[in-house]
Amino acid sequence: MIMEKLSDAGERTVGQSPVRSSPSGNRPAPPPRTGEPAPDGGLAVAARDFSFWYGKTQALDSITLDVPVRRVSALIGPSGCGKSTFLRSINRMNDLIPDTRHEGEILLDGSAVYSSGRDVVELRKRVGMVFQKSNPFPKSIYENVAYGPRVNRLVSSRGDMDALVEESLRQAALWDEVKDRLDRSALGLSGGQQQRLCIARALAVSPEVILMDEPASALDPIATQKIEELIHELKDRYTILIVTHNMQQAARVSDFTAFFFMGRLIEIGKTEEIFTNPRQEQTEAYITGRFG
Amino acid sequence: MNPKADPPVGIPEATPASVSAPPGGPGPFRRLFPSRQRGNVQDQVYGFALKGFGILLPVLFLFMVHRIGTSAWPAIQTFGWGFITSQEWNPVLRDFGALPFIFGTIVSSFLALAIAVPLAVGLAIFLTELAPRWLAGPVAFATELLAAIPSVVYGLWGIFVLVPFLRFTIQEPLSRRFGDTIPFFEGPAYGFSMMSGAVILSIMIIPFISAVTREVLVAVPREQREAALALGATRWEMTWQVALPYAAPGIMGGAILGLGRALGETMAITMVIGNRPDISASLFAPGYTMASVLANEFTEATGALYLSALMEIALLLFGITILVNIAAQFLVWRVSRRGGS
Ligand SMILES: Nc1ncnc2c1ncn2[C@@H]1O[C@H](COP(=O)(O)OP(=O)(O)OP(=O)(O)O)[C@@H](O)[C@H]1O
Ligand SMILES: [Mg+2]
Repeated sequence: MIMEKLSDAGERTVGQSPVRSSPSGNRPAPPPRTGEPAPDGGLAVAARDFSFWYGKTQALDSITLDVPVRRVSALIGPSGCGKSTFLRSINRMNDLIPDTRHEGEILLDGSAVYSSGRDVVELRKRVGMVFQKSNPFPKSIYENVAYGPRVNRLVSSRGDMDALVEESLRQAALWDEVKDRLDRSALGLSGGQQQRLCIARALAVSPEVILMDEPASALDPIATQKIEELIHELKDRYTILIVTHNMQQAARVSDFTAFFFMGRLIEIGKTEEIFTNPRQEQTEAYITGRFG
Repeated sequence: MNPKADPPVGIPEATPASVSAPPGGPGPFRRLFPSRQRGNVQDQVYGFALKGFGILLPVLFLFMVHRIGTSAWPAIQTFGWGFITSQEWNPVLRDFGALPFIFGTIVSSFLALAIAVPLAVGLAIFLTELAPRWLAGPVAFATELLAAIPSVVYGLWGIFVLVPFLRFTIQEPLSRRFGDTIPFFEGPAYGFSMMSGAVILSIMIIPFISAVTREVLVAVPREQREAALALGATRWEMTWQVALPYAAPGIMGGAILGLGRALGETMAITMVIGNRPDISASLFAPGYTMASVLANEFTEATGALYLSALMEIALLLFGITILVNIAAQFLVWRVSRRGGS
């Protein structure tokens, strides 16, 4: 029943979209039923009837959604609705968990993420990830940022690595705070700095898409604001998909918002429309705080 | 909330602490070590018992050191530093030097460690990172069973299986081929040798080291592994560059446990090392360890000085074990600090 409503809602979303451009040609047949491509480009990530199970528990149920290129898309929804599962399906982080299976497909720039010949290492290089709890390696600040380029053999000379580390830290708005102590342990940084270091570390391998799972949920308001400003800076260059429990945050940082409920995608659209004029009752109930 | 927790004014101080310990009041620590005014009899008895056990162990330790020390005193007085630099061990002439035993203990233990650590860590990596679950469980169980085998059984197995195998399959060919050029492989291959001792020790300590390593590898936070994988590291790179360094202090701790056991191991190594108080570069030559000489000669030690010399060896073994442990603890501390804040 909900699925009917959902596709119905999707149809309408697409139909009413004022800025809709024709979908990019490299994508296979099914036209976008939800969301909308950015004015200037195609889809970074697209899910097609994607379902996911942990053992016998179904965590995702036929998710079909498009993530436009170089925009910030927010995933919202009550706890346990499958936001993290969906995010971790995109870079196949769930492969690590035993007894899981999926159906349907996720596409990265048009090519199937779950196809049998897919190089997972290459996929994860293209899709960076920032975790809820900052997780720097117990190494120096420099080594943390240099780790990704090193395993992916992106640079050969020490000088290039220095430049890349600096550039990544600058992009993550952390350079000025750490430039004098690059060789000190990353664990000596504050929580907010550690999280920005993790962002810098992800940026260093030049991903196309960055997945952020509640990146600011463990931070104080000032550190949170810094992360939000950073997301704003980064969206010109990267496609960002962020999970958040904070409605204001979703409203502030994202261009598009998707509402998940009990493993299903209930609604997706432009953030201002979702927040001012949601089409689904459940969405409205959630964002106005009546449940969740 | 609980009205009982709010006693009316004027209630005497004697209210038992355990009935209504105010939240945020004395923590469990204070409960175990009750201060003068609060705590009931039960808490007090409990506290005294704990304190008693806590003090008993150091006292026991000091008592043992004292006993061994006084027994060893005549030998210490007679030989001075010469005891640990002399290679002479002649009960008939009452001339005692412990160097061959110290050499035997240290060389056999560290050789055993050198053999055991790579194998044990490799096994632990296989079990935690690579092996499918149906295989990992039984293999881990079997490895742990190795630790439960009595040491005399290891010794017997060593005499009848390991020593002949080493002698005819390893030592003799090596001795023929390299005996003249490499001092480690010099001399006749008896089988009963430093090499046999080290190998049997290494087999005995592998279960310890691999069990500890497995535990610390499993304890590496999932976030650390995911951080590496999310950056495009392969499983192999993740294991070697992130999981192992994170687990390194713990692995060292396991190695220390193993070394401690190797230093003190008596029965099995006594049965295969050959028991000859010589210092030789050759791994094929027999040796003798401190623990072995104590076990072998204690019953037949005639004369006060002989007994005292053995006591001094016991004291030295004690000292070396403690020293190794302190050094190792320091190493672990250094390694775990390097990564930390
Ligand atoms: N490793 C796992 N094993 C089994 N079930 C899991 C696992 N991870 C998540 N689940 C289940 O899958 C469902 C979706 O979980 P998920 O973590 O994706 O939710 P979420 O939307 O991210 O929630 P939150 O907002 O609390 O982070 C939940 O019912 C959860 O219990
Ligand atoms: Mg989550």
